[in-house]
Amino acid sequence: SATVAGENGLFSGVQLRHSALERNKRCLLAYLYNRLEQIKKMRWEFGSVLPPEVKFNMCEQEVQWFSKYNKMLANYMRSIGGEGGLDLTQDLKPPKTLYIEVRCLMDHGEFETQDGNILLLKKNSQHFMLRSECEHLIRQGILEHIVH
Amino acid sequence: MADIDEIDGVSDEEVEALTAGEVLQKLEEAWLNEKFSPELLEAKTDLVDCMLEQVTEMEENIKRAKKGDFKVVLHRMEIDRIRYVLSSYLRCRLKKIERYTTHVLEQESNRKEEDVCHLSPEEFTFAKEYGTTMETHMKNLVLRHMPPNLQTMDFKQTTIRPNLDSYVFLRVIEDTDGVLVEEETLDTG
Repeated sequence: SATVAGENGLFSGVQLRHSALERNKRCLLAYLYNRLEQIKKMRWEFGSVLPPEVKFNMCEQEVQWFSKYNKMLANYMRSIGGEGGLDLTQDLKPPKTLYIEVRCLMDHGEFETQDGNILLLKKNSQHFMLRSECEHLIRQGILEHIVH
Repeated sequence: MADIDEIDGVSDEEVEALTAGEVLQKLEEAWLNEKFSPELLEAKTDLVDCMLEQVTEMEENIKRAKKGDFKVVLHRMEIDRIRYVLSSYLRCRLKKIERYTTHVLEQESNRKEEDVCHLSPEEFTFAKEYGTTMETHMKNLVLRHMPPNLQTMDFKQTTIRPNLDSYVFLRVIEDTDGVLVEEETLDTG
């Protein structure tokens, strides 16, 4: 045990062991904390549903933490301003243009724009869309922003 | 505008006298200050709320405008830009809250009545929840399995505090006499 009353000679031994334990504790906490930071980054990159490869590498408590973080974030974003809230995971870069040219990387079916036009997102088709509408599709890897 | 009064006691005339352009300018100022400051600054909830109201109004106006009207394009770009500034400002604050959670909550509990609040009520709830989920996570995964005297999260050791000695850029807005800059930090010219 860590405390041996009255045995002066063993004090330094105890102190050494205690420091070692504290260091191990710090290493463990740092490891877990950094994993959580990575998982948090995934929420901002992938959205609220994680790709299965990522989920496979998470332990059950981390999956639970992720869903709690999701809920917290959603509640906060919904409460911004008077009504409706603001989705902070959009508009991650300063807007350069209103419309952008995108190329479809995989079949994604039909997409209805704000104006009511329906676009068929077929693989390798190119479209000229509102940046704010296709940002999330670009992040998911369905569309590719064409830069000239 | 009535609920803005309740949030921080600013009088009605003071809030309504600002034009939308002035609100945007103040918001941009707050955004830059937040970006370059190492710690969490005052919560400008009234600016955020006001700006969001403006954006919703603009979006309504756009819906009612004629299709193909050039002004619609300009307004849409303006809305995009304003939304970016707002999101970036709030994201910056959120990042600081997540990184310095215990410090921020400590600051809030030590705050005196007359001092201005650095956290909006929603940010405060977020900070508390974030802190507790982090702590429970650590408890369940690690601390539970440790010898009894190591089972608590020692907050004095583990809180991350903002580095208040980090360098910041300042731009002087109006002439002020009598500000002393310490000798060793003086830059030539």
